[in-house]
Amino acid sequence: MIEVQGVTKCYGDTVAVDDLTFDVRPGSVTGFLGPNGSGKSTTMRLIMGLDYPDSGSIRIDGRRFRDLSRPLNKVGALLEARAIHPGRSASNHLLALAAANGIKRSRVEEVLQLVGLEKVARKRAGKFSLGMGQRLGIAAALLGDPEVLLFDEPINGLDPEGILWVRNLLHHLAGEGRTIFVSSHLMSEMALTADHVIVIGKGRMIANSSMADFLARNSRQVVRVRTPESTRLRQAIDEMGATVRAGHDGALSVEGMTVEAVGDLAFRIGVPLHELSRSGASLEETFMNLTRDSLEYMDGSGLTSNGLRDGVPDKVVSP
Amino acid sequence: MTVSNQVLASGPSSAATHGDDPVETHGSRPSGHYSVVDVARAEWIKLVTVRSTTWSIVALVVVSTGIGSLVTMAKASQFSQHPYATGIGFDPTRLSLSGLLLGQFAIGVLGALFVTAEYSTGTIYATLAAVPRRHLVVIAKTVVFGLVAFAASEVTCFASFYAGQAILSGSAPYATLSSPGALRAVISGGLYLTALGLFALGIGYIVRHTAAAISIFVTILLVFPLILQALPTSYINAVGKFLPANIGLVLLSGSTPANSILMKHMFSPWVGFGILCAYAVVALVAGTLSMIVRDA
Ligand SMILES: Nc1ncnc2c1ncn2[C@@H]1O[C@H](COP(=O)(O)OP(=O)(O)OP(=O)(O)O)[C@@H](O)[C@H]1O
Ligand SMILES: [Mg+2]
Repeated sequence: MIEVQGVTKCYGDTVAVDDLTFDVRPGSVTGFLGPNGSGKSTTMRLIMGLDYPDSGSIRIDGRRFRDLSRPLNKVGALLEARAIHPGRSASNHLLALAAANGIKRSRVEEVLQLVGLEKVARKRAGKFSLGMGQRLGIAAALLGDPEVLLFDEPINGLDPEGILWVRNLLHHLAGEGRTIFVSSHLMSEMALTADHVIVIGKGRMIANSSMADFLARNSRQVVRVRTPESTRLRQAIDEMGATVRAGHDGALSVEGMTVEAVGDLAFRIGVPLHELSRSGASLEETFMNLTRDSLEYMDGSGLTSNGLRDGVPDKVVSP
Repeated sequence: MTVSNQVLASGPSSAATHGDDPVETHGSRPSGHYSVVDVARAEWIKLVTVRSTTWSIVALVVVSTGIGSLVTMAKASQFSQHPYATGIGFDPTRLSLSGLLLGQFAIGVLGALFVTAEYSTGTIYATLAAVPRRHLVVIAKTVVFGLVAFAASEVTCFASFYAGQAILSGSAPYATLSSPGALRAVISGGLYLTALGLFALGIGYIVRHTAAAISIFVTILLVFPLILQALPTSYINAVGKFLPANIGLVLLSGSTPANSILMKHMFSPWVGFGILCAYAVVALVAGTLSMIVRDA
């Protein structure tokens, strides 16, 4: 369990993290989302005790990071920056870390195998590809078999197979009851990986909820329909109270009706359909709208309910 | 690269039990805090698993001994041609150790790099994630580096001394370890290098940047004496004895009558060494504080 309480961190004039408060609970994957520069990596460094907050407090299972008796056994982290000397081999890097916390040498072999680096374990880490570097970072995070794991953009540089591997790994680790906190700026990836989601923008909290709630609240259902008699269909949809727009290719985009309802309606009024599908604004688009100009959305408690329309957010009057 | 789910299934839980709670702790996960010995072991592994360590130590030994031998050879032939002119202030001990004046930069690089490489490569994050009580990292690094530097430096000094005296023995006065001050010079030469290395290590923690740390080190050893030359003689005598380079000159010299005149404005060897140690301690303490209070 990670408890972040009112944490603020500035670098000079930049407010990187602005009064963040949240918990990360065990047994699930908590996604940590935000656009570039929103303060995700900074938050992770603060949790790891690497940077110091200007105010607020952070506890790992009730303890400050520096008071952990054997930190690697409690918290493992893959941070943004590659934390490896390019001239040192993967296994020597891990051996040094293991020694620092009195972890058995055999565990080094174990984690190297776990991430699939056993064949290159004696190669200099500087020769590693981006993906291999990420795997080594993951191996280091798992070294102490910790209960709490932080991953800062773990899929960076991984191929599709690697991405799938990380996704499975995170699920597996959460399934074992561990606390998993993973950052990303890819909403679609997090939708597949995380059970819970925390969204920040410009260092401030935008949303903190279960992934299911988050998606239900933020995904617009858009039905795409194409017909030679689009004027009639448009009129009928208008009469139903749904929103309809003509797309550039002559198709209609319907919001506020299910795909079934649109199909039924067309049948009733005798309009032939050439296409009928669910399209929906992409998750990424939703996410971008949500985080764009983060400050305008702030109402203290989280997310405003109807902040999104036609891709252009309605202004929310600041409290 | 492929990783099967089979590997995953054999998973991370196989290693040990969870929990910081000692009651839960089984054999595979030791109980209690990590100790400074654990940290020192980690620092030892880090020191010996990068090539720059090997190269710095090879440079220290080879350059010091090699340059010392060349200078000694030159002096030896000079002496055989003009024994009287060369004879005044002739100190076979200092002559044989003169390569250390170059070798000292190798130890400075080693000390600085041991720290700054952690910052330039980001390894410091991994280090502090394992050892958040930061002063333990500095203590462990200081001890490990100190021991390695001392061993390498003493080897360098003895090698330089024996090589130099062997060269001199045919054609000029030479020293043995029982000559006045010779053993002291050889041993304190190693201590001098060790203290300089620790000084560089402390600077490394203060500036966290390889080039900056080495520049400061070189400036103090090479440029300060030059600046001093531009000052009035009274200043030279009052301030000069505090310069590490001049302390080194005393430490590397035997106890000849000429030397006692030549170095009458300097500190005696052990006082000078004490001052040098104070410099190293100040740099290390400042480095530790800087490391503790600043973001990693
Ligand atoms: N060490 C630092 N010194 C100065 N400014 C910093 C430092 N670290 C972060 N910042 C600033 O703080 C803000 C947050 O950066 P951070 O790296 O935490 O964002 P992020 O969410 O991880 O972004 P990304 O998705 O690009 O990784 C940025 O404006 C960044 O420039
Ligand atoms: Mg980041």
